[in-house]
Amino acid sequence: MRKIWSIPGGIHPEENKSQSLQLPLGEVALPSELIFPLSQHIGAPAKPIVTVGERVLAGQKIADAKGMISAAVHASTSGTVTAIEDRTLPHPSGLSGPCIVLAADGKDEFAAFEACEDYLSLDKAVLVQKIREAGIAGMGGAGFPTAVKLSPRANQPIDTLIINGTECEPYITADDILMQTQAEDIIKGTLLLAHILSQPGRIVIGIEDNKPLAIAAITQAAEGTPVEVVSFPTKYPSGGEKQLIQILTGKEVPSGALPSSIGIVLQNVGTTVAAYEAVRFGKPLIERITTVVGEALATQRNIRVRLGTPIHHVLAEHGFAEKKAMRLIVGGPMMGYALEQDDVPVVKTTNCILAPTKKEMPPPRPTQACIRCGMCAEACPASLLPQQMYWYAAAEEYDRLEAQNIMDCIECGACSYVCPSNIPLVQYYRAAKGTMRQMAIDKEKSDRSRKRFEFRQERIAKAEAEKEAKRLARKKAAELAKQKQEADKAAGVQPSGHTAKADIVATAMASAKAKQATPEEQKAKLERAVTSAEGRLEKLQQRHSDADGDMKERLAAQIKQAELKLQEAKDKLAHFTPVPTAITTVAADAPAATADPNDPVAVAIARAQAKMTMAPDEKLQANIVSLTGRLAKAEEKLAAAKAENSDKVDALQTGVDKLKEKIASAEQELAELTPSAPTATPAPEQDAAAAAIERAKAKAAAQANLSPEDKLRDQLTSINGRLEKARIKLEQAQAENTDTVAALQLGLDKMLAKQDKLRDELRALNPNAPELTDQPATAAEVAPQPAPTVDAATAAIEKAKAKADALASMSPEDKLRDQIASLETRLDKAKQRLAKAEAEDDPNLDAFKAGVEKTEAKLQQTKQQLVTSNS
Amino acid sequence: MAFMKMTSPHATRAGDTGDVMKQVILACVPGLIALSYFFGPGSLINVILASATAIACEAGVLKLRNRPIDFFLKDYSAVVTGVLLGLALPPYCPWWVVVVGTACAIILAKHLYGGMGYNPFNPAMVGYVILLISFPVEMTQWAVPRTMLAEGQDLLGPLSALQQIFLGGAIDAYTGATPLDVFKHNDSQLVQHLYASEPIFSTARWAGAGWEWVNLGFLLGGAYLLYRKIFTWHTPVSMLVTLFLLSVVFYDGGSSHSGGSPLLHLLSGATMLGAFFIATDPVSSAVSTKGRLFYGAGIGILVYVIRVWGNYPDAVAFAVLLMNFAAPFIDYYTLPRTYGHDKARRATEKED
Ligand code: SF4
Ligand code: SF4
Repeated sequence: MRKIWSIPGGIHPEENKSQSLQLPLGEVALPSELIFPLSQHIGAPAKPIVTVGERVLAGQKIADAKGMISAAVHASTSGTVTAIEDRTLPHPSGLSGPCIVLAADGKDEFAAFEACEDYLSLDKAVLVQKIREAGIAGMGGAGFPTAVKLSPRANQPIDTLIINGTECEPYITADDILMQTQAEDIIKGTLLLAHILSQPGRIVIGIEDNKPLAIAAITQAAEGTPVEVVSFPTKYPSGGEKQLIQILTGKEVPSGALPSSIGIVLQNVGTTVAAYEAVRFGKPLIERITTVVGEALATQRNIRVRLGTPIHHVLAEHGFAEKKAMRLIVGGPMMGYALEQDDVPVVKTTNCILAPTKKEMPPPRPTQACIRCGMCAEACPASLLPQQMYWYAAAEEYDRLEAQNIMDCIECGACSYVCPSNIPLVQYYRAAKGTMRQMAIDKEKSDRSRKRFEFRQERIAKAEAEKEAKRLARKKAAELAKQKQEADKAAGVQPSGHTAKADIVATAMASAKAKQATPEEQKAKLERAVTSAEGRLEKLQQRHSDADGDMKERLAAQIKQAELKLQEAKDKLAHFTPVPTAITTVAADAPAATADPNDPVAVAIARAQAKMTMAPDEKLQANIVSLTGRLAKAEEKLAAAKAENSDKVDALQTGVDKLKEKIASAEQELAELTPSAPTATPAPEQDAAAAAIERAKAKAAAQANLSPEDKLRDQLTSINGRLEKARIKLEQAQAENTDTVAALQLGLDKMLAKQDKLRDELRALNPNAPELTDQPATAAEVAPQPAPTVDAATAAIEKAKAKADALASMSPEDKLRDQIASLETRLDKAKQRLAKAEAEDDPNLDAFKAGVEKTEAKLQQTKQQLVTSNS
Repeated sequence: MAFMKMTSPHATRAGDTGDVMKQVILACVPGLIALSYFFGPGSLINVILASATAIACEAGVLKLRNRPIDFFLKDYSAVVTGVLLGLALPPYCPWWVVVVGTACAIILAKHLYGGMGYNPFNPAMVGYVILLISFPVEMTQWAVPRTMLAEGQDLLGPLSALQQIFLGGAIDAYTGATPLDVFKHNDSQLVQHLYASEPIFSTARWAGAGWEWVNLGFLLGGAYLLYRKIFTWHTPVSMLVTLFLLSVVFYDGGSSHSGGSPLLHLLSGATMLGAFFIATDPVSSAVSTKGRLFYGAGIGILVYVIRVWGNYPDAVAFAVLLMNFAAPFIDYYTLPRTYGHDKARRATEKED
């Protein structure tokens, strides 16, 4: 036999297992009303697919799994759905939740099940689907949807399958009975699961040595199969998922991770049988074995009970003496929860109903002070220090608790069990954990909104600065054009005879000149930059000479950086030439221009100008640069997709190939144009600018060329892609039960709303568009073009247009007021920023000052205008 | 119907803190018997007097603090403090010494720090040290063991013992140096000669007349507590092993500068009482098993250092108190490695 590892801590509470093993496995009469909570598992609640008044058969699905981590619910007998309403849930919280209520008709008619003899020849995905359809969730207590556990990620190969027959909780014998009576099925189920998991190297069933009959039965059934049966000394909580893994493999599941991350899948014996029956006989999960035990009952035994049966029905069948009982527990005495009401139903996870008398489980004794005796630490299977955690939990010192790894507490109750001072330790940990989770969620939320706020501020500031620059340029251009016209007139040139288009070109040329006239400004800016860099350097040097130790080193690094910056600024100043600057200006203007609907002329100008300033070979070079950039990105994406083994690989591959082709052809063209020019290596300075221009052009062109319908389609595809990604993320988050679930869900909902809106719009344009079908898969077929960018641009245009419309419908006076209001806010913000910049000694201080001054001037001007228009 | 709402676990082990304390008191019995046999009824009277004082002080303070008196008295922790202090005090010391010490232990060392479970220092040892510093004469007069009595002399009877304790008197004939005292004041004789010439050694088997049996008695009681899993082996074993190793290293072949044989250190003075009853006081010791190893070793080192190079013949009280100071520090650096973690963390580590 293989080596068995031991776990630290653990306790030996009274086993109390014999009471329920005296009688054979029994049955209870069908109740008249059954209750099916929609959430009997971990994950999203199921979605009802029946209506009130509908007749259903036993085994008929009445609620469908919603999302990846969820499980379907089936009717367990025939009858009529009488209500879909909130009922008390079998849950520690004692809260209510949506349930489907069924009035049994007593006929117990079954739906037809689809049996399958030769199930091992089926595709694995089909088998997993069958298990999922059968609504199977972990029956050991946690209720994790089994199908999810059986589809581990591709990068986590499973080498060990563990079937948990430990049942370490006192009183419970449901798994014991199951192993004694259905050993064959367990082995078949185990082999089935092994098949689905691609035959892991080790398949083992772990059973505590206090169940000799079960061990014998399973060992006999396992003969001749690769299934190993391992028994190990009885100790609570050996049956905990993490503990059993440690006992059987010596490995530990890393904190915060799932067993699959170390190549292990663990299933309960009950779940294994349910999976087998689902695949072999097509039987969904509609009944289970439950231990009904406790001195307050006349009969103590195990029963096969239909899910949905109310617990009071079960109790009544077992001669429950209500007077004698003080508490009613679902699950075992160590980790089970007390019920306040007995009208809750038996669900997929109900492994035991325990009705002890007062004598059997007396009320807790009064809590005494912790004497730090350390018995709790001795008993803790997770090697925590319960006494310290108690101390910090009582004092609400959450970061200390965090350092004590409270999140790794499995709430097994061993510490509370041994504590001589009768301190309800686990209760403290549960409360503290709840608070800590909430705190983490809150913190993340506030972090996120802060980031969002900062980002938005930045974006607004940038947009405003750009607009301002453009406005100035435009003004200058207009003046120049006027001058020129006058000069032309003076020279006797005939302005008539030009077409409107030619006029635009003229304006464009003028503006080009205007831009080229700005180098003075640019130069001044550069000079300013040099001065400020020098100032900063000086300051730093001063501080450096004052500081010492660590600080000094850090400052030295900063000084070096400042020196570099200064050098750079000086270089720039020295090499200052008007042409590239002009291009930069254009580049900066172009994307902003597309977003400015107030001034379509400016767009045209910018575009025309961009074209004008570029020779054909330059254009090509720029093109190539941008294409290479895109290629690099696409290749990156491809690699990532390959790594994740996603189904997008093919689409991405095609995209990459296409891009390569394009580059090749562009290079060829370039070679033809300028045989002497080195291919695709524009001067580095122009590189970025050219790329930016190219990008802006591409965007503009894309928008110009796309019909509205295409645009919408593009958007739709992109949002579909994003939606799909978001879904995957959400599901992962749910699976790992991280705290971001809520946030992700919110994002997803928003995206869905947007998708709907887009679909509506598209439908208005073209009702037959293929994107209207609910096929997120289309995202995969889209070539890796920068769809989101187009999306964003259009969105911006849309917003701007809306604003323009709003403005148009306003009276001039209102417009002015509006402007004043907006200017005032801008001013405020700018002032704030300035203050911050001053406080932080920001190198851009000058620019900020200038901005504030300008805004002030503008505000003054607008106010003046308002006064004039009023009078 | 509605049932009682409770959280898991629903089962707990029988017994409470009071039971634990009763076990500790029970485990003191062999040591007490040995003490009474060799030194007369003095220790027994000490124990009773100290326990009574402890209960009275505890009740008084609880009343002042508006706490339920019998609930807390039932945890027997005050009695344990009284018993341990009574065992540690010299037999036949005046009654007021016992009363003052016990009152200091309960009021100063325990309740001023918040009462049960909150005291950073071992109350009995605080009381002992206060007495040792305040009344050095009374505290260093230890009774002579029965093996050393002069011809015709007998151990004090209960009556004369009571008289001695409450009325005072000349008991010089009944007091003498302890083995550790003798060793401390020796700087000329070889250990061998010392053992032969001093009656406290010459009438004993290994480590001083009476003392060796007293220590064995406490060792027996400690073993019982270990068996009952009242505490873990870590602190006592680590302390005794450290003490043993140091005494081996500095034994010096039995020269006149020898630090004393391992047996002398293990079986005389308050070694066993300290190892199993004082150092294991859970409230004031380190919490993790690893921490308790360090804690015990620290006590072992300090006991040896103070005994051999310090001013006091015995040192268990000082050593324990000093390590009480260090316990929180030890705790910070000896967190156990939690399941699923690569390394143990430090309690000082904070999440950012
Ligand atoms: S078992 Fe109870 S009394 Fe003992 S250290 Fe732990 S919490 Fe404190
Ligand atoms: S409940 Fe938590 S702290 Fe207590 S023994 Fe179990 S794992 Fe350890």
